[in-house]
Amino acid sequence: MREMTFTDAAREGLAEEMAQNPGIFVMGEGVGTRGGNFNTTVGLYDLYGPKRLRDTPICERGFTGLCTGAAMVGARPVVDFMFIDFELDAIGELFNQTSRIQYMSSGRLQMPILVRGSIGIFGSAGPHHSGNYYPLFMHVPGFRVVVPTTPADAKGLIKTALRSTDPVIFLEHKGLLFSKGPVPEGELLVPFGKASITREGTDVTVVAVALMVQKTLEAAKQLEQEGVSCEVIDPRTLAPLDVDTIRDSVHKTGRLLIVDEDWGPCGIGAEIAARIVDEAFDDLDAPIGRLNGAFAPTPYSPSLTAGMVPNAQTIAQAVRDLLAE
Amino acid sequence: MKSLSKEALLALYRTMQIIRRTEEHLIRASASGDVLGACHTYIGEEAVAAGVCAHLTQDDVVFSTHRGHGHALAKGVEPKALIAELYGRDTGCSRGRGGSMHLFAPEVGLLGTSGIVAGSIAQATGAAYAFSLLGADHVSVAFFGDGASSNGVFHEAINLAAIWDLPVVYVCENNLYATEVPFSSVSRVPDIASRAGSFGIPGVAVDGNDVLAVHEAAGEAVRRARSGEGPTLLECKTYRTRPHSEGMRDGGYRTTEEIEAWKARCPIATFERLLIAQRYATEQELAEIGDLINDAVAEAATFAKNSPWPDPATATDHVYSRA
Repeated sequence: MREMTFTDAAREGLAEEMAQNPGIFVMGEGVGTRGGNFNTTVGLYDLYGPKRLRDTPICERGFTGLCTGAAMVGARPVVDFMFIDFELDAIGELFNQTSRIQYMSSGRLQMPILVRGSIGIFGSAGPHHSGNYYPLFMHVPGFRVVVPTTPADAKGLIKTALRSTDPVIFLEHKGLLFSKGPVPEGELLVPFGKASITREGTDVTVVAVALMVQKTLEAAKQLEQEGVSCEVIDPRTLAPLDVDTIRDSVHKTGRLLIVDEDWGPCGIGAEIAARIVDEAFDDLDAPIGRLNGAFAPTPYSPSLTAGMVPNAQTIAQAVRDLLAE
Repeated sequence: MKSLSKEALLALYRTMQIIRRTEEHLIRASASGDVLGACHTYIGEEAVAAGVCAHLTQDDVVFSTHRGHGHALAKGVEPKALIAELYGRDTGCSRGRGGSMHLFAPEVGLLGTSGIVAGSIAQATGAAYAFSLLGADHVSVAFFGDGASSNGVFHEAINLAAIWDLPVVYVCENNLYATEVPFSSVSRVPDIASRAGSFGIPGVAVDGNDVLAVHEAAGEAVRRARSGEGPTLLECKTYRTRPHSEGMRDGGYRTTEEIEAWKARCPIATFERLLIAQRYATEQELAEIGDLINDAVAEAATFAKNSPWPDPATATDHVYSRA
């Protein structure tokens, strides 16, 4: 099978959908001739011109509100935030308006909008370019929250997002953008709400998000040599969250660890833990473990960030600790 | 005035009266408890909604504010759907999900009123963007108050419409107070219309209590938008004669004399005198129109009162679309 980078695969998905649907347009800073800060739109301006690849001034609330209005009358906007941190300037628009237009209009309006941006601690991006923020969106009724890990999922999920009639928050970890993986030719749609079992195992279930899936797979290899069999689950979409797959896995393994580089409080780990306690308490042979990034803004220096984010060693140790319970 | 037919003039009059009489009912219903939440009335500002919406087709769209009853009615929402919404009933225009500040009627082009100040401005710009992208011949209108003109999104969104020549009209209803904060205390420039200069688009200030002045200026703004000439900022200087919201105290920030002076400039009474003086209608004809509207509002109120409450089992419907 052909290999592609995460970014190229996501862009191929966007390009395919833009070719099918003339209502799709992309708006953001540098999405036109520049092709996007992270190459999200390279080559598309030449095909579709400025109305569909629209460079904006730096006014996040303005163009987010604009795209919300456009989605109400039949267009399908893609808001490209470059870094999801920038999107915080538009958070009121997204929470108060975008997320609930369908509800407020009692379903007579739809909100087919895709909001995308890079996330994650990577490359000394520092305090204003390293956010994750997916729990914020999971908390608010109305959003679909998508966090792909592989190139194939990036393509398949962005295509599903571009056919969804709900607002989709599409988050791409900077540490994954240039990673390569197999992407099948032809139509590729990955459904929302269906987790991927990235590695099968029997001793412990590890749910990981975004770049942490790769780190967890590294840890699982180490652990295999110690005779520990990890099942690794990539939720792929955090809203809707495929609790069934996690529960079924815990039923088999009896142990659950959630690995997330984002902050712990009110995070994805807390949510999954609560749901599993609700639905599978009797299957648990040990307390549920959470391994999170340090509870602090993200600093610049690698000597500071290195210890703040889970890595293969700390994940492996967390698994060992869990097995010792 | 001479350019308008008698039918067009009476249509403006009728729209203003529908708003006034409906609002007067809502004031009573607020006091009696039938209106359950906030109720921001539009009394005193009717000329703006009537004068602007007279130029709009069903396919043109309107985005409005927390003080949006008048815009909804002028765009074609029936009084019964508005009253029922404020009564929290299933027959309300937002099926009881919105109340006074969240009125939705996409079937007549009302794409929402907003409880967040300035919420209308960027969304109206976006509808205009979509019309431009999809080649539709429609116009988008944002209503907002003087308070919204201090918000960043006012500047962000109007600038976007200006640089892309979008078919949108920005209608600022300057009623002098952001709740109780005087506009004169938050701006060095007295005319919000003058801010259009910083976006490179026309800015027009009119007497917002003169329905003919609003109608004429809005006509030009809508014509520009529809013909691809881009946006206009239209400032209508007006006044709300009721408190910010029903049931709120209304003292300390403005004088009784000021309120009375604006009441004497009532847009409806002024227009009535003009219609009679210019022999477009007799006092009796106008009274008959008023009576008919009163009857319709009373009927709408009965409809609302007799309407069912929304089924609690539907409380989480429409969080996501069915598709």
